Amino acid sequence: MNKPLKDITILDFTQFLSGPSATLRLHDLGARVIKVEHHEKGDICRSIYASTFNIGDHSAFFQAINRGKESLTANLKNADDLAFIKKIAAQADIVVHNFRPDVMERLGLSFNDISEINNHVIYGEISGYGNEGPWANKPGQDLLLQALSGLTALSGSDNDGPTPMGLAIADYLAGSQLVQGLLAALISGEKTLVQVSMLEAILDFQFEPLTLYYQDGEAISRGQQNAAHPLVGAPYGLYKTANGYIALAMGAIPKLGELLTCEPLLTYTDSSRWFAERDNIKAILADHLLPKTSEYWLNILEPADIWCANVMNWQQLIEHDGFKVLNMLQEVKQPDGFSYQTTRCPIKLNDECLTSEIAAPALGQHTESLKAEFNK
Amino acid sequence: MKRPLEGITVLEFSQYLAGPYAGLRLADLGARVIKIERPGSGDACRQLATKNMWADGDSVLFHTINRNKESFAANLKDPDDVATVKKLIAQADVITHNFRPGIMERLGLDYTSVKAINPEIVYGEVSGYGEIGPWKKKPGQDLLAQSVSGLTWLTGNAEQAPTPFGIAVADMICGTHLAQGLLAALVQKKRKGIGSKVNVSLLESIIDFQFEGFTAFLNNGNQLPERSGFANAHAYLGAPYGIYVTQDGHIAISMGDLKLLSESIHLAGLEAFYPTDKQFEKRDEIKAKLASHFVKNTTAYWLEKLESNKYWCSAVLNYDELTQEDAYKVLEMEQTVTRGGTSVTTTRCPIRINGEKLISTIPAPKIGNANEALTKEFGL
Repeated sequence: MNKPLKDITILDFTQFLSGPSATLRLHDLGARVIKVEHHEKGDICRSIYASTFNIGDHSAFFQAINRGKESLTANLKNADDLAFIKKIAAQADIVVHNFRPDVMERLGLSFNDISEINNHVIYGEISGYGNEGPWANKPGQDLLLQALSGLTALSGSDNDGPTPMGLAIADYLAGSQLVQGLLAALISGEKTLVQVSMLEAILDFQFEPLTLYYQDGEAISRGQQNAAHPLVGAPYGLYKTANGYIALAMGAIPKLGELLTCEPLLTYTDSSRWFAERDNIKAILADHLLPKTSEYWLNILEPADIWCANVMNWQQLIEHDGFKVLNMLQEVKQPDGFSYQTTRCPIKLNDECLTSEIAAPALGQHTESLKAEFNK
Repeated sequence: MKRPLEGITVLEFSQYLAGPYAGLRLADLGARVIKIERPGSGDACRQLATKNMWADGDSVLFHTINRNKESFAANLKDPDDVATVKKLIAQADVITHNFRPGIMERLGLDYTSVKAINPEIVYGEVSGYGEIGPWKKKPGQDLLAQSVSGLTWLTGNAEQAPTPFGIAVADMICGTHLAQGLLAALVQKKRKGIGSKVNVSLLESIIDFQFEGFTAFLNNGNQLPERSGFANAHAYLGAPYGIYVTQDGHIAISMGDLKLLSESIHLAGLEAFYPTDKQFEKRDEIKAKLASHFVKNTTAYWLEKLESNKYWCSAVLNYDELTQEDAYKVLEMEQTVTRGGTSVTTTRCPIRINGEKLISTIPAPKIGNANEALTKEFGL
């Protein structure tokens, strides 16, 4: 298929999760990504996880996030290597990095340096906390961003203490925002510096609770019972049943009382009580839903248009027709035949899935071919 | 300053969060975003007030998501209004909507019809679960998307119930994917004069969000992720990764060399666990030892020990504490918009262009605030 970023070349110095997730998205949209890696160690993401989660020689995380890219190994302290990198930089449409502040300046690869050799460059930069202020040199690591940004007060219940979200969410969001900034700059057609910090990205992600906080200054309260969203009233939450869990998103409490034959809920006719008394209502629901199966309850609630769902794990998900019709999985391959399964890009264009069949590169796999191409 | 999307016009038929969040980002990057709203009621989000907070007749939530936009009121059930909207469409660059499948066809505003008016249009659609299959009519709601996607088995400790993210994460991520797809399509429109249709769904987005762990699952004999029993913060990372109770609060301890950690906090007895694989296999045992140690002293005490050895760690802040930090203040993340004498302080765009923060003081529109001006300007 004709991908929209065909003909765009990206010189990618980013490592680990934030930047590489951005260049993966740009690759899936059609761009060519040249990944610069340390000549000995490579991207730290290749090896930082326990080996039980490896696919082939590298972590599943690396294999997922770097598929479709070309690996160029370089010693950035070596003048020849640096000169070669600059040859590519002079011709690239986009240059991205997520080094700590000043590293690219020291290497002579800053936005200003690249601007001198490339008059149309779009230069993207991800930092942990921005380049100024007391946290500028603090490690931009996901859990620290979650902890510092107030995010850990949103999930779980008030009894749980701070609860991190179990994914590298600040990395992912910073990468997503960088993609948006880079693409907007490409549309303008002008030389541009695009900067995103993980902290600004994780604050933007909280724009709803933060905006409320800015108005009323009240601390977040998650509630104590079946908590799912600090700002939403009952029945919003997950409930244990005889054989699993179901999710209840919205629904008038007395109507739920009728449908579920749960008499104590019938008295909650005043909708303002659904938030104020959410713990009580949820406790009633939790007791009531426990004895029967998820299917039993869903068969009552779904036909009545109550917003509900079965709570599934990945195994249940991949076996479900609702997942299978998405064609969300793809097989990616190395030239030697080594292959693995991963997900495709979540965006569809003109009703077509954006697939890409190339696996993540071995360390330095493309160094020779890139030298031949750019030294011409 | 000149913003990168100046000159781009977006017509936003989307309501609630995912689509309008994409619209907000395009607006902050310089696009002109016009909400097409039903006269009288408008975007349903206007009436959706979390914590019962309102400003000038609309929910604070609506103000948060829809600042920096204009509103054109049109009754899409009235053929005259549809004809007027089509005149706008003929001059727009982007359309977004999140109606259920079939609605835009009935209105004559589906991609094929719109392309006939404006061949270069970029047409974005948001759905809950895609356009086909058993879930196509299921409500595209955030908690439901989280629940079917497996996401709730990643947060909280092993013995705890599945734990949702306490925020509309599927909506937010789907909105970013919509913005990405629209922008990529605009690159192509600008370079080659080709329009496109862009589709995203909450489910595909929330699966993509989990793609790294999900890839591990797919290739390791479908072994499900296991949350650690103690201080869980990431199913695929070993000890010490997590948040621990201290004498006076909490501390976040990131990944790193366990030897360096042990030495920094003077904790003996972890030597056998130093290899990376052991840090994962024995994570609960290690975390239990760390937990009983961290509780003996204050957060400040441990931060000093760890930071002086460059071990990755941090305090755990709430919004009161965060907003007092100089590191927060220096970001100038807050901006205020005012409408009808009521001010709403909210966050700014997280992206900086050429070193400048993208601030906008334009508030969320009242329904139809731009009808008159747009009628003149676009000759409607």
